[in-house]
Amino acid sequence: MKLISTICVLFIFGFHYMETKAAESNKEDEPFDPAYMIMHHIEDAHDFHILSYTNAQGEKVDINFPLPVILWHNKSLHFFMSWTFRQPDPVVPFGDTFLRLYHEKIYYTDPDGTILYNENGTIANSKPLSFSITKNVFSLFVGCLIIFWIFGAAAKRYSKRGGLAVPKGIQLLVEPIILFVRDDIIRAQIDKEKADKFTPYLLTLFFFIWINNLVGLIPFFPGSANLSGNISFTMTLAVISFLAINVFGSKHYWKHLLIAPGVPFIAKIFLIPVEIVGIFTKPFGLMLRLFANITAGHIIILAITAMIFIIRSFAVAPMTILLSLIMISLEFLVAILQAYIFTLLTSLFIGMAVNEEH
Amino acid sequence: MGLLTPDPGLIFWTTTSFLILMFLLRRYAWKPILRALKVREEYIEFSLKDAAQAKDEVAKLSETRRQMIESTRLEREKMMRETRGTREEIINEAKASATREAEKIIQQSRELIERERQESLSEIRQQISLISLEIAEKILKQELVSEERQQSVIREYLDHVNFN
Repeated sequence: MKLISTICVLFIFGFHYMETKAAESNKEDEPFDPAYMIMHHIEDAHDFHILSYTNAQGEKVDINFPLPVILWHNKSLHFFMSWTFRQPDPVVPFGDTFLRLYHEKIYYTDPDGTILYNENGTIANSKPLSFSITKNVFSLFVGCLIIFWIFGAAAKRYSKRGGLAVPKGIQLLVEPIILFVRDDIIRAQIDKEKADKFTPYLLTLFFFIWINNLVGLIPFFPGSANLSGNISFTMTLAVISFLAINVFGSKHYWKHLLIAPGVPFIAKIFLIPVEIVGIFTKPFGLMLRLFANITAGHIIILAITAMIFIIRSFAVAPMTILLSLIMISLEFLVAILQAYIFTLLTSLFIGMAVNEEH
Repeated sequence: MGLLTPDPGLIFWTTTSFLILMFLLRRYAWKPILRALKVREEYIEFSLKDAAQAKDEVAKLSETRRQMIESTRLEREKMMRETRGTREEIINEAKASATREAEKIIQQSRELIERERQESLSEIRQQISLISLEIAEKILKQELVSEERQQSVIREYLDHVNFN
């Protein structure tokens, strides 16, 4: 309960502070650019956009949830709120230099906020090391709180009622899934006596991916961030998988990999490099699969929604709503499927690395 | 390419969050939940084993009971058979001894009767001989009253005697 009330307080304060009025209100004339809108939505942002409306004065009002910016500059951390970048003058003086938020990324600039480009079109300005609580990080925290809340509550019930009591309430929700992950994913791939060591990691991994996928599917605040479709997120999980697979690898696994016993020498020349590359391609595949699936889902749902604004007619709305409904249902399936695949493949690779020779 | 460029800030927060979440969940969620599930599984396993054992025991008991009933039945039959034999024996014995006794009694009676008869006979003979003597004496007294008569008898006897 404390947790929920904290979130509520956060919301109220947030809504109170975040109304920033757009400088100009003549955006009506600008043509709608679906590609820009979609890319803007699936990329990270420094504030959490909740809704926009045009008020009685014809001004466009954006309601944003403000998020803190945390920068590492001159060997110290600097904190300020992201609305600093929403002031009419977008160039922010910062110590002896200036900052500018350009396409949701913070760059060091000169006092005029000039953005310099390389010859291949990429931005040449250097970036400060940013640990900001962005939209994705915020969504990540929401996901983690939800997970901890669900499983903490379930665990409390288990401790209080003991293992022999008939499951009730939240236990009924989590127990079949935990049992499925433990028995059909983990124990099916890893030898039983070694599986218990990896069970906490793999259970956390499964629910971390799944719940974050679901939070990303909520179409409004505090969901809708494309966290699990962000390459940084999937890369982190893939690196953790890589470590889990290889750090606990058995002697047998490394011998098989580096010496390939029983293989003719000529074949070894080709086989061993392939095996070594394989160590890295496995987590790389995990990273790309999750990234591509979730990002694609978000893009499709946004593209279907964008049809209304492209065609500028309410007549297509039923069609797009129906299509979105189908896509969102599909995405619900994808959300758990990707969590399942990621966890299954990680356990499979761990099993290959730690299992005794059969 | 913006989508494919990893962001150090997000990597940092994801790593931190994931690791903290993992350690918190391991401590406060997975441990109690998995332990409870394990307790339940072991309980079910033991219960099933117990049930199987009890079933076996019941089967064994009923088998024992069946065997006991069977052996009791056999025992009874055997006893019945034996009793019947004994009874027959006793009856036969009794019959035989009764026959023997009866025969003995008959024998004795027969002997007694024979002896009695012999005794009676000998008495009768004695009596007859005495009576015959008395009669013969009376007859002789009558016959030998006259001299003449005595002479004729002697002559007759002498005729009958052959002197060759």
